Amino acid sequence: MDESHHRMKRLIGIGVCVAYLGWFVLGSVVAEAQTNVSPSPPLEQALADLSSEVDGTREQAVRLLIEQGDASLLPRMEELRANADRSLRMAIKPVIDTWRHRANLASPDAETRRTAATDLGMNGRVSAISWLETAAANESHRWARYAMEESALLLKLASDDPAVKQQAAAKLGEMRSQNAVPALQALVQAGGGESATAEQKALAQRATAAIERIESWNVWSSTIETLFRGISLSSILLIMSLGLAIVFGLMGVINMAHGELMMIGAYATFVMQECFKLYAPESWFDSYYLAALPAAFLASALFGLILEATVIRFLYGRPLETMLATWGVSLILIQGARMYFGDLTAITAPSWLNGGAQVLVGVFLPFNRLFIIGLSILSVMGIYALLFRSRIGLRVRAVTQNRSMSACLGILTRKVDAYTFAFGSGLAGIAGWALTLVGNVEPGLGQNYIVDSFMVVVTGGVGKLAGTIIASLGIGGLNKLMEPSFGAVYGKVLILVLVILFLQRRPSGLFAVKGRHAEG
Amino acid sequence: MFWLVGFVLLFVLPILNVLPAEDSWLHVSDFALNRFGKFLAFAILALGLDLIWGYAGILSLGQGVFFGIGAYCMGMHLMLTIGSQSVYGSALPDFMVWNQVTELPFFWKPFYSFSAAVLAGLLVPACFALIFGFLAFRSRIKGVYFAIITQALALMAWLVFNRNETNLGGTNGLTDFKTLLGFRLSDPGTQLALYVVTVLCLGGAYAMCRWIIASRAGRVLIAIRDSEQRVLFSGYSPATYKLFVFVVSAMLAGLAGILYVPQVGIITPAQMGVLPSLEMVVWVAVGGRATLVGAIVGAVGVNLGRSVLTNSFPELWPFFLGGLFVVVVLLFPDGVMGMARQVRGKFAERAARLPKSQAVEGEQT
Repeated sequence: MDESHHRMKRLIGIGVCVAYLGWFVLGSVVAEAQTNVSPSPPLEQALADLSSEVDGTREQAVRLLIEQGDASLLPRMEELRANADRSLRMAIKPVIDTWRHRANLASPDAETRRTAATDLGMNGRVSAISWLETAAANESHRWARYAMEESALLLKLASDDPAVKQQAAAKLGEMRSQNAVPALQALVQAGGGESATAEQKALAQRATAAIERIESWNVWSSTIETLFRGISLSSILLIMSLGLAIVFGLMGVINMAHGELMMIGAYATFVMQECFKLYAPESWFDSYYLAALPAAFLASALFGLILEATVIRFLYGRPLETMLATWGVSLILIQGARMYFGDLTAITAPSWLNGGAQVLVGVFLPFNRLFIIGLSILSVMGIYALLFRSRIGLRVRAVTQNRSMSACLGILTRKVDAYTFAFGSGLAGIAGWALTLVGNVEPGLGQNYIVDSFMVVVTGGVGKLAGTIIASLGIGGLNKLMEPSFGAVYGKVLILVLVILFLQRRPSGLFAVKGRHAEG
Repeated sequence: MFWLVGFVLLFVLPILNVLPAEDSWLHVSDFALNRFGKFLAFAILALGLDLIWGYAGILSLGQGVFFGIGAYCMGMHLMLTIGSQSVYGSALPDFMVWNQVTELPFFWKPFYSFSAAVLAGLLVPACFALIFGFLAFRSRIKGVYFAIITQALALMAWLVFNRNETNLGGTNGLTDFKTLLGFRLSDPGTQLALYVVTVLCLGGAYAMCRWIIASRAGRVLIAIRDSEQRVLFSGYSPATYKLFVFVVSAMLAGLAGILYVPQVGIITPAQMGVLPSLEMVVWVAVGGRATLVGAIVGAVGVNLGRSVLTNSFPELWPFFLGGLFVVVVLLFPDGVMGMARQVRGKFAERAARLPKSQAVEGEQT
């Protein structure tokens, strides 16, 4: 039974393949045939008229071709264009464009369909209304259909029938169409003059209402986008601060070179990209980014291990000195990167992270930002699992709570320190890996975020990851929230003031460790 | 020792600048003297930093802000004395002409007066430190936390001073000064006088810091550094003492800024950012904390090294500075002064091995 079921499935699969192939061959044959078919007489006449020097004739021919011709005539047009003078080329261009857009309305790619629809709406050819409406009726992709309907309505705004116009204006308002605002404003202006007819005035009223609707939606959509940008910045800060906070909580060490560990992660990504360019087949290129994740983690973790073994282990219990020494290390790393890599470090994001998803009218969420947000959520989950669900995590927590007692119970605290530091550094590497998606890879990369992530650690309090998470959400969110009204610089200043005021109420951060051992 | 060094700085160097012939090996060039004056201005700032870090255990990574404010106060005065001698012939500073500012902003107006500028250069950093320190110390932000917050402060100040709309010259800062109190700044005589004033200020600052340390308040500060809890439980208010010494150090930084600007001839936000502020800490660390003399030695030494190295190997200076951070912290936590003390201790031990060996050990600890 099972056997025959499988065989059946395979047969069907093969059948489908054959059908596809057949369709493909047939399609190309038909396409071939179509190009050779000669057009109807009036179109033939129009094609001939195009070459006429008389202006009126040419315009008429152009109009006729746009309305009745289709993409099957494109080869003829191209031929015409190849040996045309400048004025003829200018005259033909709209014809070719319109045909292309019209053909693109049936393209298999939703994004192509959508841009074609938008362009048709902008070009203002009334004949396109019916094409757009037919295409919209069969459209399955939501935003392509939206663009088609929007364009059809936009074209209707220019129609002669006042009832159609009014309806279109109202409908555009309902759709919160961004593209319609200039046209609607023109209508309002036309209806505002002294000599405006009653008809125009009524239309202006409709248009005003529509604009109001669109604008009130704009407030919402920009709020959502700001919120999104805030969350995206927060998640970058979060990935960075998590490593910093774990190390600080465990060892009381503030690692000023954390930003440079992040830079190492970013450069590891860059190196991986270059390796793929040189040694891997071109079709593999996009997977360099995934290959770079372990590379970035390991490079930064290894560096952290070295840093711990050569500098930090000698400075336990002297946090201020550790800060200075690690800052020295960061200076050396920055200059080293500058001298070795120079400025020629461009990262090409993998193609599957280009573009974005439209969720609402005017709200567009880029994939790379979504990816970073997802990554930070994964990181948090991973860290929680590691700290609270594994034996290593148990040891780390034990050493964090009481170092000498843990040592007495047989935990090798030195080893735990080294591994934790390496892990925290590796997290910085992951942050650097993610950052290559949204910024340049440059030696000063870490410096841009380091002060902010210190603030996150301070605000969040020591030893509690929840504090770090909430603080990074708060600081990242506030940063983006205040940027539009105060500007980036004053927004940052305001955040510093807020953090200081916040520390007035809660001197040891959001989630302070309660108890008497908190004071050193 | 104090008087000897003071004598050399105040009389010997200027005399060597004025008297010997230009090509004599004893001659100290105008340029060298000017450079040295700049280093001594930095030394004043380092004294203040040593006072808070070495004695009270407060590590401020935002000292460059106070330095910058002092320097900008003086710079604004110098900017206004240029008057219509500027490139555009306007009574307004050049950068305002570029930025299409037509009227002098209100906060520039007091800086027509020299004494007001100097006073502001001391008091504005002091007020700033007072407010910031009050908030920070009251909520017992200390140690690493305080360092981080002050570093953020340095970053913010750098960002704000870089903006054009604050009317402080933006990224280019204030420069192209002409005269101070009617004397041309390009004259060697003016620079010599500025040098002498700097030396005097340094001497005064040193004496004041010594006096503070020797006083009862100084002892409380050292106690706070060693155990703030115990000081608190003994009935003192550590916050007040810390606030006092923080304000003093801010004023010293402001004074350093005031003296720096006319000697160097330019002040930009780049001198007050995160990195310069950290470099100031290195001066003190290199010289040796809690010695005061060490701060001066460190400031002069590191800057001397910097000007030599950046001339010959500009690319290597960050490596050197970074290495200095690491090496000093790891190997010489007591800096140059600590090393000197050790060497002296060894000699004294050898000399006094027979009569008494305990005295030396007592001195060492």
